[in-house]
Amino acid sequence: MQDWRKNKLFFAILMAPSAFWLVVFFTIPLAIVWVYSFGGRGPEGQTLIGFSFENYRRAVEWIHLGIIWKSIVIASITTAACLLLGFPLALAIAFAPSRLKNVLLLLVILPFWTNLLIRTYSWIAVLRERGFLNFGLEWLWDRADLLFTFVGMPDLFGEFQPLRLLYNLPAVVIALIHVHLPFMVLPLYATLEKLDRSYLEASLDLGASQWRTLSSVTVPLAMPGIATGVLLTFILSLGSFLAPDLLGGTEGLMIGNLIAHQFGPSRDWAFGSALSFLIMYATFIVLWIRSTVASRSQTGLGI
Amino acid sequence: MSRAIVSIQNVSKLFGSITAVDDVSLDIAEGEFFALLGPSGCGKTTLLRMLAGFEIPSSGRIMIDGQEMEGIDPNRRPVNMVFQSYAVFPHMSVTDNVGYGLKVTGVPRAEIDKRVKEALALVKLDGYERRMPGQLSGGQRQRVALARALIKRPKVLLLDEPLSALDAKLREAMQLELVRLKNAVGITFIIVTHDQDEALSMANRIAVMDRGRVVQVASPAELYEFPNSRFVADFIGKINLLEARVAGMENGRLLADAVGIGRVAVPFSGAAKSEIGLAVRPEKVKLDRSEPAVGRLKIRGRVREIAYYGDESHVFIEDGAGLTITANVPNDARTTQGPVAVGDEVWVSWAPADTLVLTE
Repeated sequence: MQDWRKNKLFFAILMAPSAFWLVVFFTIPLAIVWVYSFGGRGPEGQTLIGFSFENYRRAVEWIHLGIIWKSIVIASITTAACLLLGFPLALAIAFAPSRLKNVLLLLVILPFWTNLLIRTYSWIAVLRERGFLNFGLEWLWDRADLLFTFVGMPDLFGEFQPLRLLYNLPAVVIALIHVHLPFMVLPLYATLEKLDRSYLEASLDLGASQWRTLSSVTVPLAMPGIATGVLLTFILSLGSFLAPDLLGGTEGLMIGNLIAHQFGPSRDWAFGSALSFLIMYATFIVLWIRSTVASRSQTGLGI
Repeated sequence: MSRAIVSIQNVSKLFGSITAVDDVSLDIAEGEFFALLGPSGCGKTTLLRMLAGFEIPSSGRIMIDGQEMEGIDPNRRPVNMVFQSYAVFPHMSVTDNVGYGLKVTGVPRAEIDKRVKEALALVKLDGYERRMPGQLSGGQRQRVALARALIKRPKVLLLDEPLSALDAKLREAMQLELVRLKNAVGITFIIVTHDQDEALSMANRIAVMDRGRVVQVASPAELYEFPNSRFVADFIGKINLLEARVAGMENGRLLADAVGIGRVAVPFSGAAKSEIGLAVRPEKVKLDRSEPAVGRLKIRGRVREIAYYGDESHVFIEDGAGLTITANVPNDARTTQGPVAVGDEVWVSWAPADTLVLTE
């Protein structure tokens, strides 16, 4: 009997549609952008093909480096927060009774059913000066004020001053965590779900506490999922555009907004292309480091 | 018998509406090599996991070393377990695996090093200290799991199907190895297995379980030669079973009318219902060309099939009424011709004293 994998024609036919799609709508446009990144801007904003590193030199000027650095910081904070929130969540879902598991997983991916724009806009309704959060705080404030008036200490708190929660860095980070949490939880869940429970039982059996088991066994064995989740969250949030655009104000500007600006108002596609490719290069380097570490790792865990 | 190190008292375990362990009481003495034997799903692993603390009994109580185990977490029990999958941590070296149980309980570094060295010597893994589990064979991983559990100096070592993942040759070597280890460290071993050969060759006492209940607790030889039920007789070794109707008692002998033989008299003490099973082990059955001596239980038949195993042959004899008797014939002469051939007319016979009377 012939090995069905050897039937190359069969595979060629299967792969043709997706290969066509990827080449025409992904690889070729990407190549064009890459070529643009070495070009320049004409007097009327047209893109001139050429070969110079001028765009890259401009990209690493201090003003742009600042934004790139801020983007990296925002993406790092988002990733760290997603990991801290997502790990216990993924652990809880993985250990939940099987009937509950699917419901919980559904809840995790439920936000995807709402448009990203609407999810981001909704944060404005929550965080703005006359938003839900400030309303809630004001309500609590008034109740506390009433209570202290009641015990004979009127006007201790004074008038409620709404918090300025919008158009700053924290607003961007909050929205990014909200948007990217599923990208952290899902790979973590996938790893924890197939983790052999007897490793955890063995650890307990040998006298380790639950916390010790978590830090010495569960987390190290979940490393492949942690690495995938961290990479996914970091790369996605690094290139964010919508959240900083709508919630960031001037303080929360990220590299995505800078790029958008080049392709929009500035009409400098060549510079925008170079900025885009800076993120691409960074992504490639991170992926390359990951695969190098994985091939050197002796545990065979593919970390 | 010395004092009970493990005392299981009327323990039951329910998973929803399913009774996994049904009112089990067992006393296991210090220094025993005790086996829980039964088919899959009989509750033996659940019972072992209750000893380790991974399952909580629905009712009844468990005492280990004189201490009530209720409410005591797995990490505080004086027992350690060797898991069926070994559960050797893949991200730690052999040394770190073996030393793990000491490290997490705050034993000083110097003592850990010393005891890891001893434990690895005990399981004959010296020289493998720096290896990662991925670089070890299945048998070596199991030795790591053994060393990792034994280094804790538990009162009782629990072994869950420890040999099931090994190939036949290695399994036999490990059986001897486990007995040697048990004698070297002197602690109580409780092993769970579905393999009767494993239980018979290693344990000094065996509890046979069926559908959550303990059916019989006895030494290997007692279980084999004096099973108390059809289930035990059939599960441990092979039997030829004849249905029989009791006709009465006569001078300490039970008279019964057996299918295919007629009226027989076999030694028996105790009470029998009217319907019983008469059984005989295949190796106690003799084949003859001529009619055997008076007094033996005998059936005349024709050889239907012979299964050749090298050291012995299993001969299947069918009588006219469709009854099949198996006889194990040792191949004790160096010849390619067996004592009988397919189609031969033979007499099958056995001594009355070799007959098992199965009332349950």
